[in-house]
Amino acid sequence: MTTTTLRQSPAGTGIPGKLSAAVAGRVRNVWGMTRRNLVHISREPMQLSDVTLQPVLFTVLFVYILGGGIPIPHGSYADFALAGLLALNLVTSTMGTAVGLSSDLHGGIVDRFRALPMWQPAVLVGRSFADLMTSCICALIVAVSGLAVGWRTDAGVGSIIGGFALVLFFTYSLSWIAACVGLNSKSPESAASFGFIVLFPLAFVSNALVPTQHMPGWLQAVADWNPVSAVAAGARQLWGNPNPSAAIHAWPMQHPVEAALIWSALILAMAAPLASYFFRRRMTE
Amino acid sequence: MPNDMMIEAEELAKRYGETQALAGVDFAVPGGSILGLLGPNGAGKTTAVRILTTLALPDAGRARVSGVDVVGHPAEVRRHIGVAAQDATLDGLLTGRQNLVLIGELSDMRRTASRQRATELLAQFELTDAGDRVLKGYSGGMRRRLDLAAALMTRPPVLFLDEPTTGLDPVSRQRVWEAVRELTAEGVTVLLTTQYLDEADALADRIVVIDHGRVIADGTPQELKEASRSARLEVTLPAPYPGAVQAIGSLTAGPVHISDDGRRLSAGVDSAPGLATSVVRALDAAGVLVDNIEIRQPSLDDVFFSLTGGHIAPADDQPGNGAAGPEGARPEMEGAGT
Repeated sequence: MTTTTLRQSPAGTGIPGKLSAAVAGRVRNVWGMTRRNLVHISREPMQLSDVTLQPVLFTVLFVYILGGGIPIPHGSYADFALAGLLALNLVTSTMGTAVGLSSDLHGGIVDRFRALPMWQPAVLVGRSFADLMTSCICALIVAVSGLAVGWRTDAGVGSIIGGFALVLFFTYSLSWIAACVGLNSKSPESAASFGFIVLFPLAFVSNALVPTQHMPGWLQAVADWNPVSAVAAGARQLWGNPNPSAAIHAWPMQHPVEAALIWSALILAMAAPLASYFFRRRMTE
Repeated sequence: MPNDMMIEAEELAKRYGETQALAGVDFAVPGGSILGLLGPNGAGKTTAVRILTTLALPDAGRARVSGVDVVGHPAEVRRHIGVAAQDATLDGLLTGRQNLVLIGELSDMRRTASRQRATELLAQFELTDAGDRVLKGYSGGMRRRLDLAAALMTRPPVLFLDEPTTGLDPVSRQRVWEAVRELTAEGVTVLLTTQYLDEADALADRIVVIDHGRVIADGTPQELKEASRSARLEVTLPAPYPGAVQAIGSLTAGPVHISDDGRRLSAGVDSAPGLATSVVRALDAAGVLVDNIEIRQPSLDDVFFSLTGGHIAPADDQPGNGAAGPEGARPEMEGAGT
């Protein structure tokens, strides 16, 4: 009767075969949680609207409405704006991580997971993977909308992919900060306010939509050191799109790709352990 | 403690802020039996289950499941248990089947094995037709059944059911009871918390009553009923008769309660051979006519009342339900006894 439960014998650590079995088990747990979160999205498409509808709206609105009023040296506004729109959409979409995690913790379901013999952090990692996948969908939609409104690039395939990967890597890192917020918020609603208080200013006070040269001095300094500026400028550089920030002397604007990678790695290295600490704390009663 | 105990709690204590949820609780459940953990809301039942299922850490005391310490080796304990908790612990956006398969996979079952088991359980709990519908559309009874199915995915040897029938209609309740009985027939050990005395009476081999975080009684349903000893005597007269109370006064074990119309007398009595005969004779000797006489064995509710001074599941007790007698007995008796 107990054959199913006892087939996987209790954690025998130190034996290589058992160790790889444990890793395989964790991978299965993470994949299971990832799939669960992806099913959620398919069930509530409105949840996905900020990575499907919003990118189309933002791309069309900004390019047609703002575009005409913002002169871009050596190129069109569409060429300039796409990297910024990609960053803007992806950065704001990390709110989904905070809200999703918060909902999981406030429903009873987390108790179910905690009483299962699973690798508990799969709850966290599965969430971040599912959100990374939706980010990829978002990136694709931004790219297609961009092409529709006139964005073009002459860069090689490697550089094009590199540009997208750069923004996605930053988004993934940022989603761990969102996870920290979700793990500490009192309700899914308060987790959502993270988006308006932190993510929107972060995305807008940058070179994502307008060159920073026209901003007041202090704001320009903030914008030039904003990681989102480095990410957008990095993607522009990789895609060979107009990048007015290259004329700015701030180090991140001179080396946007390196700066974006450093920012992302730094955020990930700090936020991921912190999130797992908060997670473990939430899991202890 | 013998080794065949599948669930053991020793001096468990747990405090949440100002509330002492558990203040030193002991019990043990032998393999293949059902323990009913009985108590009113807030008695500490759920806290005990949370500790035993590794969800909460005790402040003091020890707990073992299948002989494994829940604090020292929680991951190992989780391999041996199935849990059906009170709150909605299933995923409302997945289908019934997806919920079960996910739980199987997260419990280290292979995907195919997990699917097979899910199909089996859906059939067992008569959820086959609903299996591929999203959980949001399930009725309360269907959810509860799926909850139970979820707890059984890995065929765990130890099962924790936290108020498994709260809020269910009688038919669904009966179904859950049958399922639980079948499980123990297969050798599964069950810890069941409930607010319903009839549920504990019907299912449990042994009952532990807790109140304010302490065990106040522990025994088989029969033992508990016998321990309270007092059966209830109820006498119906054709008309009020002032001498009646005095006539039976020497035979009762407590104050005699008289109904508002003065025709119904009730009192606790110690069970004794020929008790009914003695009562009738005493009343006859006093010239009292009797319409009806009844001696009722104590229900678990009487037991619970005598232990805690309160009833256990007030929301479901109909007014006039036999056991409601003892309330306010003393003042009325004094008024009518003269």
